[in-house]
Amino acid sequence: MATQVVMPKLSPTMEEGQLSRWLKNEGDKVSVGEGLAEIDTDKATMEAQALASGVLRKILVPAGETVPLGAIIAIIGEPDEDISALLTEASSGAAQAEKKEQIEESTQGRAYGAPDELAQVVPGGERTQATVEGQPVKGDVGGAPSAPQEAAPQTQPSGGNGQRGDGRLIVSPIAARMAAEAGINLHSLKGTGPGGRIVKRDIEEAMKGGAPQPQAQPQAQPEQPAVQQAPARQPAVQPEGGAAPYREENVTTMRATIARRLVTSLGPIPHIFLTTEVEMDKTVEMRRQLNELDPENKVSLNDFVIKVAAVALMQHPAVNASFQEKAVRYYERADIGVAVALENGLITPVVRNANAKSVGQISREVKELAERARNRKLTPEEYTGATFSVSNLGMFGITEFTALINPPEACILAVGAMTPTPVVREGEVTVRQIMRVTLSCDHRIVDGATGAKFLQTLKKILENPLYLIA
Amino acid sequence: MAVITMREALNQAMREEMRRDENIFLMGEEVAAYQGAYKVSKGLLEEFGDKRVVDSPITELGFAGLGVGAAMVGLRPIIEFMTFNFSILATDQIINSAAKMRYMSGGQFKIPIVFRGPNGSAFQVSSQHSQALESWYAHFPGLKVVMPSTPADAKGLLKSAIRDDDPVIFLEQERMYGNKGEVPDGEDFLIPLGQADVKREGTDCTVVARSMTVPLALKAAEELEKQGVSVEVIDPRTIRPLDIETIVNSVKKTNRVVVAEESHAFCGVGAEISAQVMEHAFDYLDAPVKRLSGADAPMPYAKNLERLALPDVERIVKAVREVSYLD
Repeated sequence: MATQVVMPKLSPTMEEGQLSRWLKNEGDKVSVGEGLAEIDTDKATMEAQALASGVLRKILVPAGETVPLGAIIAIIGEPDEDISALLTEASSGAAQAEKKEQIEESTQGRAYGAPDELAQVVPGGERTQATVEGQPVKGDVGGAPSAPQEAAPQTQPSGGNGQRGDGRLIVSPIAARMAAEAGINLHSLKGTGPGGRIVKRDIEEAMKGGAPQPQAQPQAQPEQPAVQQAPARQPAVQPEGGAAPYREENVTTMRATIARRLVTSLGPIPHIFLTTEVEMDKTVEMRRQLNELDPENKVSLNDFVIKVAAVALMQHPAVNASFQEKAVRYYERADIGVAVALENGLITPVVRNANAKSVGQISREVKELAERARNRKLTPEEYTGATFSVSNLGMFGITEFTALINPPEACILAVGAMTPTPVVREGEVTVRQIMRVTLSCDHRIVDGATGAKFLQTLKKILENPLYLIA
Repeated sequence: MAVITMREALNQAMREEMRRDENIFLMGEEVAAYQGAYKVSKGLLEEFGDKRVVDSPITELGFAGLGVGAAMVGLRPIIEFMTFNFSILATDQIINSAAKMRYMSGGQFKIPIVFRGPNGSAFQVSSQHSQALESWYAHFPGLKVVMPSTPADAKGLLKSAIRDDDPVIFLEQERMYGNKGEVPDGEDFLIPLGQADVKREGTDCTVVARSMTVPLALKAAEELEKQGVSVEVIDPRTIRPLDIETIVNSVKKTNRVVVAEESHAFCGVGAEISAQVMEHAFDYLDAPVKRLSGADAPMPYAKNLERLALPDVERIVKAVREVSYLD
């Protein structure tokens, strides 16, 4: 029996995926478990596997295209089987929403087949659940695991046009479909239908690159002069008095995820920020000695910060916590998310159980994770479920900054550059290596004093790293 | 091809079928000696005699039931209602007997019967004589419901209805009996039940019309063409079984639908088409399906009000412009 291959849920925050590359061509034989395609999710590039054996009859989503979770991307069947019904279903988009729902049930990183195929996969869903429960930390770096997935883009509130006062985007079904297929951001459009509804002609205008017209153009009407249709995206010589010229690039999946995740941070979470100065001279000396001992694995100051933060967290469980609406969750180990800047985004791979690992071990892990993060080869488990995060912009010469909490974590530590600074010690002016750190706290569970006490401990250990072995 | 009226086309269909099969007989009020209230049965008594062309008393329930009984024992009755308004009296026989007998006898009885006659509004015959009842009959499993809009469709569909082994409600339109059109020659001209017809092709908006709204929709399409809007006119011709596929394929092309009907909107055929379009082509719609139906009121007697109670060309044009976001 022919089965549909749908866009699988490959990461907990995934809403859509970009079909990066097909590993099989139409007509190729495939068997269960074989790689079908590479999918760019919001975080990583992963492989979608076949759940049925047969022949890859039809590829419905070409490489490079982005489709929502559950969209039918291909059909696997017998070589001579009639797949027209499945094709019709795929093209009608029917039942896809349902599939998405079914996929949402699970966070299993595999490509699901048609609904009856799904029945066979359900045990896999249970496996997934068991895995999640096996970890003290559930969910991803952000969204609370219990939080419902965000609805389709058109229902997300934002400040764009084509929406009502309640923030709901109104868009006709065909317009929504065309926009999705053409990769047009509906929020950037102004709807010309009743009540600002975005309708087919608005998408057609957007595809032409022009501004939406108030009326559909009768077909008989001659083409307008090219000057009036100059697409907004093209840089044009304009007088400086007018609006600034600009160009637009489609938002990448990762950037969209960053945007969506971050508005769940400073908005809903009441942040407070606590800054302190840390004298790093002794840590610098210890690092120098360590690196002399083992030149093969040079540790960084940030590795020390991660280690010390983890140790301090064990002494201040209130900071290693998560606000869960009706409960406060206190984590029993420190899994530190380490922000890694990528060429066009960022990701926070997690060093698990950092409190129990040596600085050298942490250093090796961070290097390895960062390397794979840059190649977008991290698995979802490797970048989700931290209990606390560290963000360091010292290498960019930033001396002090505030970071946005990565929900559902309670705190994040922003680490600035270490700078030789004149300080007064015992009445004398002397120069010390000063590093400023700023703790962002979710004030719902971490009060100023609670955060301050954590920073005191962090400062004490960093200024006297022998405490690490005390 | 001969150009004939719809009245003549219906007459030809019955005549040809009655010549072909002697089990077919016609019964109804004034069908024989008077040659039909609308002269659809003109000349049939003369040709086939009073055993096969039978004047009935004014007892709709009685002669409808007689027809069902005759069908059960192997005859193929055509029951004419002077208008379908009077079929309301016969609904027990139509709905409880004709529509159910094949099912309830476990297939032992076929009911090859046609109930036919004018349906819908005429000219100033007021509330009780202007009703369009297709949604009533289409509601019940076991009945087929046919509504031709041209002489050719009328002939081809009536011949198929007479040959069908299940009960068929064949709804003509009094206003349209004199409409002329080309009808293919030959006794084998049949149009299968359950096949919609694209009366005009277009790309911007689909108008689903039936019976008397088909010519109106075609005129509206001409008018709209001048305004730069290309309209596709689809006539389902058979309400049940409904050829939703043709409608949906059209909607996939045009993304907009207007359903024009003379019957009331509430629980009507337009509502059914609208629901099925939503089910099958939701992702293709650019605007909500627009129904243009008869007024939600008993038909007024006054000529000016009667005109206002029915869809017309102007309002079809307006409805198409509305779903195309042009006004």
